[in-house]
Amino acid sequence: MRLLVCISSVPDTTSKIKFTDDSSRFDDSGIQWVINPWDELALTRAIELKEDNTNPVTEVVVITIGTFQTEPTLRKCLAIGADKAVRIDIEPLDAYQTASQLAAYIKNEEFGFIICGIESGDYNEASVGGMLAELLDFVSVSSVSSVRFNKDQPIFQRDVANGKEELSVNGTAVLIVQKGFASVPKIPNMRGIMTARSKPLELIKASSSKSLIKFVNYHSPKEKEAVQMLESSDELVEKLSKEAKLI
Amino acid sequence: MIKQWFVWYSKKQQDKDTLKSPNMNFQFTEEQLMIQQAARDYAQRELIKDVIERDEKAIYPTEHIRNLSELGFLGMLVAPEYDGSGMDTISYVLAMEELSKVDSSIGVIISVNNSLVCYGIEKYGSEEQKQKFLKPLARGEVTGAFLLSEPGAGSDATSQQTTAIDMGDHYLVNGVKNWITNGNSASTYIVIAQTDREKGHRGINAIIVDRHSEGISLGPHENKMGMRSSDTHSVQFTDVKVPKENRIGEDGFGFKFAMKTLEGGRIGIASQALGIASGAYELAVKYAKERKTFGTEIINHQAIAFKLSDMATQIEAARFLCLKAAWLKDQGQAYGIASAMAKQYTADMAMQVTTEAVQIHGGYGYVKEYHVERLMRDAKLTQIYEGTSEIQKIVISRAIANGDI
Repeated sequence: MRLLVCISSVPDTTSKIKFTDDSSRFDDSGIQWVINPWDELALTRAIELKEDNTNPVTEVVVITIGTFQTEPTLRKCLAIGADKAVRIDIEPLDAYQTASQLAAYIKNEEFGFIICGIESGDYNEASVGGMLAELLDFVSVSSVSSVRFNKDQPIFQRDVANGKEELSVNGTAVLIVQKGFASVPKIPNMRGIMTARSKPLELIKASSSKSLIKFVNYHSPKEKEAVQMLESSDELVEKLSKEAKLI
Repeated sequence: MIKQWFVWYSKKQQDKDTLKSPNMNFQFTEEQLMIQQAARDYAQRELIKDVIERDEKAIYPTEHIRNLSELGFLGMLVAPEYDGSGMDTISYVLAMEELSKVDSSIGVIISVNNSLVCYGIEKYGSEEQKQKFLKPLARGEVTGAFLLSEPGAGSDATSQQTTAIDMGDHYLVNGVKNWITNGNSASTYIVIAQTDREKGHRGINAIIVDRHSEGISLGPHENKMGMRSSDTHSVQFTDVKVPKENRIGEDGFGFKFAMKTLEGGRIGIASQALGIASGAYELAVKYAKERKTFGTEIINHQAIAFKLSDMATQIEAARFLCLKAAWLKDQGQAYGIASAMAKQYTADMAMQVTTEAVQIHGGYGYVKEYHVERLMRDAKLTQIYEGTSEIQKIVISRAIANGDI
């Protein structure tokens, strides 16, 4: 059984976020790109499933939509233990376009199931997984917290109120996975790092697909104001009524 | 005059020709960055959890060493044919810095294993020695120790009192070695001992000794000021029999072996000191941006800001010295002077920077939970072991006097 893990290349979580001068685009100069944290957990679990010989998983493939700038992220996935990487060569513009590109590739391939992180650490739209399932007419299973096998049948576990539910699906599933899907992201070992370049990284031409969203403007949050130390409760009352107009 | 100019000009043209290739490159490779990130992830995620407790109770990090050997750090410089990771020395500097930022005890365990024990056997050992001893060391199944210092022979390494007497088919080892990092945890010792006293330092041999051989006994775990999570012991040899085939190199090669191996060791320790300094610096910056006095974050006070500025610049200078020495080693060029400069400057710098980091933290810096006091204690050792700062200055100044640099 082959598994596909969809990877988003996102700015490192400690990055300083800036926008271009007209505030219509994220300024990616000087940004360090990493594997989206949810996708990293998805990949970790997929590799664990493959490494456990009692499971039917034979190959883990990772895929991303992006320019050549995303290749280091894909090679990191190969270093962690993915067998093959696929890059669809187009700058992703929105979730619909991303899902369409993924769907165009997946419909010609055979996978046991497909795993998407619940959202990406940059735009946090949490849309691609659901759209992908819809476009392919696959079953979407959201908020999956763990997966195991009963012989060759994958069993998915979801957290529900006061407990867990387990389910299996007819047909191919797109799993949309939460934190907790793997305990901690796998750190690549040095063998993995050195063999990453010798693993296949397939470059695929983008299919024609449109984006539906145009980003008009970004607004940065206002800088936090400094804390004021007040001398008396009278002063507090005055500030709350006159400055904050709360009372 | 014209002739002189012509000689100068044609020399310059030659230099230009040889400089066509991009020799100066500050860009790390993708693999080097991945190794740096792997070390950072492990340190920030795992080592940080129990580093204070291990320091306080002087607990050897058995579990971490097992995990780090699975990741490939214990034999990272050894060629893949001997089960190592085959990494370059630049990657080693980056990894050592990241690990030592959080826990320099881990740093020294890895440095001794890689730069002294594995490197020594890989570079100078026989094929049989590599198969038998290097492979398990490179896989991280066992660790190694390098036994040079003695109660009466530290910086003056030629005054070895430990003897390895040639008994025909084996050596008989007697004597005491001091300050042995990995003394208890190691399974493979490289012991430097005198075989023929009349030949002076040309009568010294390096031999590989199984730590569990009959006649080896350990002194207690040294109660150290810093790097308390690494196990340091004195080791006593009483009529220990060692097979002749365990000698590294020709008879009498031991002193040269020790000096050559220590040249590479300096890069490991320099990078460890670099990590200690940059770890303390990062904590100081974080603290200076949070802590307020006189109505503003203390980073806005010039007294603190200038300290941070000096620290950042010194660390950057030290990093380049470490990377330059590593680069020379990777290029197969002589790196003994570069590694001496890197170790001396970085160790002394680490002592200054960690002291300032404690000062920036004020009272909080003096208590254990803020980490910087530990880094300051750890920094002190980098000025002492694997050649004190003073010994490095002897190495450097002799090279100046000889016209080597």
